[in-house]
Amino acid sequence: MSKANDAQVGGARVKRGMAEMLKGGVIMDVVNVEQAKIAEDSGAVAVMALERVPADIRAQGGVSRMSDPDMIEKIQAAVSIPVMAKVRIGHFAEAQILQTLNVDYIDESEVLTPADYEHHIDKWNFTIPFVCGATNLGEALRRINEGAAMIRSKGEAGTGDVSNATTHMRKIGSEIRRLTSMREDELYVAAKELQAPYALVKEVAETGKLPVVLFTAGGIATPADAAMMMQLGADGVFIGSGIFKSGDAAKRAAACVKATTFYTDPKVVAEASRGLGEAMVGINVADIPVPHRLAERGW
Amino acid sequence: MNVGVLALQGDFREHLSALGECGVKGKLVKTVAEIAEVDALIIPGGESTTISKLAKAFDLFDLISKRIADGMPTYGSCAGMILVAKKIIDPASGQDTFGGIDMEVRRNAFGRQTESFEFDLEFKPFPGAPIRGVFIRAPWVESQGAKVEILASIDVAGKSHPVAVRQGSVLATAFHPELTGDNRVHRYFLETVCKK
Repeated sequence: MSKANDAQVGGARVKRGMAEMLKGGVIMDVVNVEQAKIAEDSGAVAVMALERVPADIRAQGGVSRMSDPDMIEKIQAAVSIPVMAKVRIGHFAEAQILQTLNVDYIDESEVLTPADYEHHIDKWNFTIPFVCGATNLGEALRRINEGAAMIRSKGEAGTGDVSNATTHMRKIGSEIRRLTSMREDELYVAAKELQAPYALVKEVAETGKLPVVLFTAGGIATPADAAMMMQLGADGVFIGSGIFKSGDAAKRAAACVKATTFYTDPKVVAEASRGLGEAMVGINVADIPVPHRLAERGW
Repeated sequence: MNVGVLALQGDFREHLSALGECGVKGKLVKTVAEIAEVDALIIPGGESTTISKLAKAFDLFDLISKRIADGMPTYGSCAGMILVAKKIIDPASGQDTFGGIDMEVRRNAFGRQTESFEFDLEFKPFPGAPIRGVFIRAPWVESQGAKVEILASIDVAGKSHPVAVRQGSVLATAFHPELTGDNRVHRYFLETVCKK
């Protein structure tokens, strides 16, 4: 049987399925080949290639954009695990570029400066799958309706403060549980309140989970943070600045991978937490003026 | 029969539900004690490098290799296929396999994620009733020993590549039946491979 004649590429099953394969794993932000190799060696399931980690984007300010294709290709050549990259919210031309580079997943990310304050990218138009951030269930379902094949909580990237990720994970979880307890005729109003399509709301009410994989992101800096997010219902973890803004990056990376797998076993998480050196310094989310909070971007 | 699904990383829950639909209550396993207790093992899809590194970090690697060598029925899908191969052509640094099937596999053989695809596949045990193969950054078998039975192949650019193989009590597919709701491959594993 010949693949060329009958194969279907870019369908929802292979896009969502790709994220299923990342479950129980850690996706790490990397800015160069050396970091990408450290991430792969420590057991990351994928790397996110970007020019500046969120902590530096925050510190340096200015407009933050898609990374240089040269830099992304160098990382693709250096590791065999999947390589993801970020585009600005709504910037479909950046996404077209990443698709020609054959990255494995696109993150339409609030960490970069939004390119469109009304519309997100129509992600059904792409062969390549997208992950999008969400702070609540309605936002997650709107992104899925636009074609997102994976959702992550937003948290507050670049802070090392996990509190916003906790809020988003709890919120999404509790809104899902609320839907599962509703009568069928109550779901119409629920869809209106969530500002999400009725068909997706009904599906979540019936299955008790999102139709795509749900990771967590934003402020995760320690094995304990990862274990907590997994216990709150995350399928896996993104770690941005938390690893390469810390003392012993390789050791911290491997420790977060172990804690994500054995998140229900505090002994393993305790063992993984020993002797990791300095964690990233961090910023309290409460100290960041509201207009500078990344989680507020996207709608 | 006590069927375990290796739950270090990947889509182990999907395999667990596929077992459930076949009437078998499987168990997620990720410790030495849990793996020692199972009669058969499924190695799920995921990142083969991650699963291999975690298996080493938690002292499961030699145990799983030995149990497979001793004849424990084992099924690996995608990353699982890579992990039951004798050899990987292009391994990541320090990436080893449990072994079980005398074959060499190529990782990401079809290309990156934009090349991932679905395909109706003839699967030898079910003649005339194709299964939907979901291939996600999938491997293929580059070469295999005489004792390896080829259950399905795909032609790419005029060359045939095995994507489902069996050697004795070990079964491997490059695709993911656990994502399709069609449990025939799991049934074949439980009813034929495990009963060998």
